[in-house]
Amino acid sequence: MRRRPSEPDLGNSSAGSKVQGFNTKRALELFSARFIMVVLMNPATVSPSVPQRAPLALQVEGLSKVFAQRGPARWPGLAAAEALPVLDHLSFEVGEGEFVSVVGPSGSGKSTLLAILAGLEEPSEGSIALHGERDAPRLGQVGYMPQRDLLLPWRTALGNALAGIQVQGVPRQEARKRAHDLFCQFGLAEFEQTYPHALSGGMRQRVAFARTVLAARDLVLLDEPFGALDTLTRLSMHRWLLDIWGQLGKSAMLVTHDPEEALLLSDRVYVFSARPAHITLALEVPLPRPRQTEVVASPEFAQLKARLLGALLHGEEVTQ
Amino acid sequence: MKLLRSVLRAWPPVVLALALLAIWQLYVQLGNVNPLILPAPLRILSATISHSAVFRAHVGTTINETLVGLLVALACGVLTAAVVDLSPALRRALYPLLVASQAIPILAIAPLMIFWFGYGLLPKVVVVTLVCFFPITVSMADGLSSTDPELIKLYRTFGAGEFTIFWRVRLPHALPSFFSGLKIAATYSVIGAIFGEYVGAIYGLGVLLQTELRSFRTDLLFGVVFITILLSVALFALVSLIERIALPWYFAGGREHDWREAGRRPKRRRAKQQTAFAPAPESAPAESLPKLHEEVIP
Repeated sequence: MRRRPSEPDLGNSSAGSKVQGFNTKRALELFSARFIMVVLMNPATVSPSVPQRAPLALQVEGLSKVFAQRGPARWPGLAAAEALPVLDHLSFEVGEGEFVSVVGPSGSGKSTLLAILAGLEEPSEGSIALHGERDAPRLGQVGYMPQRDLLLPWRTALGNALAGIQVQGVPRQEARKRAHDLFCQFGLAEFEQTYPHALSGGMRQRVAFARTVLAARDLVLLDEPFGALDTLTRLSMHRWLLDIWGQLGKSAMLVTHDPEEALLLSDRVYVFSARPAHITLALEVPLPRPRQTEVVASPEFAQLKARLLGALLHGEEVTQ
Repeated sequence: MKLLRSVLRAWPPVVLALALLAIWQLYVQLGNVNPLILPAPLRILSATISHSAVFRAHVGTTINETLVGLLVALACGVLTAAVVDLSPALRRALYPLLVASQAIPILAIAPLMIFWFGYGLLPKVVVVTLVCFFPITVSMADGLSSTDPELIKLYRTFGAGEFTIFWRVRLPHALPSFFSGLKIAATYSVIGAIFGEYVGAIYGLGVLLQTELRSFRTDLLFGVVFITILLSVALFALVSLIERIALPWYFAGGREHDWREAGRRPKRRRAKQQTAFAPAPESAPAESLPKLHEEVIP
């Protein structure tokens, strides 16, 4: 467990205070820490020229990934395995409590990046630091949510949400309590005992998200979680995520095709070029939180979107 | 309501079986067939009931052998499947042997088993196991290896080890497939036990079969056949029941109806549409199209 030292229990502050009884001093500390996080360190209130000194949930430096080309049958002695560079010296960071998105053309290696960050694969080059700890083990630390919900059909919604936290050896009672609290927060309370086949696409995705959040120490990786949903469900999921995100106290990295989704949800958006991917634009999103989905109609949003699309479409021309 | 529906669902096979038996009865009676060659169902029934004490003495032994053999096959099959699943090298090494074990002519081996293991329970259990463990092993191994790799990756990101993934993901995933294999094995098992007895035993339906055949009691012979069938069906039903109880999630959501209802319209609506959109009978393309199909298909 590596918790942020200054504000030990922001994510579960409500649950924590219930267990320990109300402690005024502690509550004040928590509140002030929250205030510093939300108001003083918000990109909207801090001028962009001042470098941020927020603790980093994730810091990636010079990350590259090269695959050995799996081409047609190679004859011995004719050609060596060709190297296929996928990620090209990426450097980026996710601050504590930040929501960061990666947008890029399909096949640009976004999913590979998440697989590396989740610990499923190792980078060919570069370093990954979680909470300042370089090359720490990532399996079991980082929450990973794939595009498909991958719910187990033999478990109820609650049982599915418990899948990850159970593996990590959290006592049963505590795990159930945390899952139950999260279900109430997620608007899933009445579906706890429902099996996945009876849930709608949006509900299934919420359960998968609950599973990810419960399993994550802090950082949550989202691999196009709304990609398979229809437009209307996707919009309602955006609204829902904006609603609950502030209370979760987690850090997130979202991979998506959809520039609008990235801008709406994120504090910062990285734009990837086509393969081999490098970052063509790092765009701060200074839209105030809490955000409403209506913000997409505002002129600021339109401006940001224009910059983002420009970088996406003419990748090489725009530099940081 | 639920009970009524399950009774209604059970009707078609019962009606069909009764109809076939009725045809058989009529054929024998009207055709004056010699009962030594082919006895009528009612004659079989009455003969079996009048000899029920004899049958009762033998059935217990057969059931016992069947169940023990099936359980041994279950244990062997699941273990082999787990071992085969553990390492690809072992899989490659063991699979041909498994297939070969099914190619052994039991006809040749079974009499030898009397010399090896005597007249008791053991040789029958061995025959039943030999017959049953292959479908169990193959279905279990296939179920284990067909787990979604994405799901396994997801569990890896939770920090799960191989054993946890096996226990929490792959084993439950393999269960529906495993039960399919077990159902096949259950239907084979009774015949396996009877064959084991036929070669040499003191009690059992196989012994009875041989005695009735030698004494030309064709009606009692058929009695043994029907009891064998009933045993197999009962065992199959038992396995299905256990499956239903063990895997409620697998049967939830009307799995069977999903594809049956797909693409079907209520009949009345279809008739209406046909009258509304039916092409004029003399229009040439509508007539030439089916002809074209007829030419292509043969």
